[in-house]
Amino acid sequence: MNHWAEEWVRKSVGIFSFFRTSPPQRSADQAKERLQVLLALERNSSSAPSFLPQLQDDILKVIAKYVQVDNEKVLIEVERGPDVSMLDINIELPAAIEAKRTKAPARRRLEGAAAAT
Amino acid sequence: MATVIVVTSGKGGVGKTTTAATFGTGLALQGFKTAVVDFDVGLRNLDLIMGCERRVVFDFIDVINGNARLNQALIKDKRVDGLYVLPTSQTRDKDALDRAGVAKVVGELKADFDYIVCDSPAGIEQGAQSALYYADEAIIVTNPEISSVRDSDRMVGLLASKSKRAEEGETPIKQHLLITRYDTDRVKRGEMLNVDDVLEMLALPLLGVIPESKSVLQASNTGTPVILEERSAAGNAYRDAVARFMGEQIEYRFASEKKGFMSRFGFGRLWRRDA
Repeated sequence: MNHWAEEWVRKSVGIFSFFRTSPPQRSADQAKERLQVLLALERNSSSAPSFLPQLQDDILKVIAKYVQVDNEKVLIEVERGPDVSMLDINIELPAAIEAKRTKAPARRRLEGAAAAT
Repeated sequence: MATVIVVTSGKGGVGKTTTAATFGTGLALQGFKTAVVDFDVGLRNLDLIMGCERRVVFDFIDVINGNARLNQALIKDKRVDGLYVLPTSQTRDKDALDRAGVAKVVGELKADFDYIVCDSPAGIEQGAQSALYYADEAIIVTNPEISSVRDSDRMVGLLASKSKRAEEGETPIKQHLLITRYDTDRVKRGEMLNVDDVLEMLALPLLGVIPESKSVLQASNTGTPVILEERSAAGNAYRDAVARFMGEQIEYRFASEKKGFMSRFGFGRLWRRDA
């Protein structure tokens, strides 16, 4: 297929998908969906305490084996969804680690992993 | 120096949480770093109204008890810069808000924020008293309805006697009246107290009049503070209230009983997007 035909197909698909878009979700439907997720979580978790404070402690202990981090620079965030939840852990490492790179390969790997989050 | 604002009413269901979320968002939109704090322990709802309920990890009580640091419990709003929510616990009871703990958290917030907006629980018990104790200013949310006005009057007395400012003999809390769910049509038909009636009884400076509006429920359905809805009458009325709080002189356009040209000829429903 030449370039012109390809472009034409792409544009046509664009037009048709424009007409096919579903109507925007009504706000009552959004309210119902938000409540369903929330209530399901709250009913399950009301008896069991959150593991997050303990998790945070454990993570800090492991990190402390390799590098000195400021407790204030560790952020744990969670985004709960109907099917899956995302746990987002951000650890800001001190700049001094840069200088020690050559001596400690383990630290370099750790830093790379932290930067990727 | 940070300012602590309590949003209170005595009566439940008048719009405290909506007001705290919306007013806090309005302050952040003006460029002030703002934290909105939920004091309704056991019945948290601010997170839902602000649309961040799925992101709660730690809460106010965790910070008080030392299980988490403040910056871990604060949820940064994804829409407005400088806006943060401090959710409360859903499982504890109101006694968890001991005065020393609240003092610690409010003190830490004051070091880092311009405004701290405290969303008070209904009632006049410990939860409500913790919410108002450290306040510098108060927004009393009132519906044009007899029980709400009576409870607001009671709250005016509590603000004047039970706060830290009152106990230490400092300048009293600056109080503002915000009338919500105001229906000009019903006022016009004589079915609802008008703004002047409420002002006459409560004798407080008027911060704003928020019209009864469908967009408030729609905004809470989606977890969007109504001030972010450009075309909402309630959103505009909140925007005016924030501007008045900042000292601007603005006409109370939503309290007016005057009707526009279209409405006079019976086309009001067609014309108005927002009832």
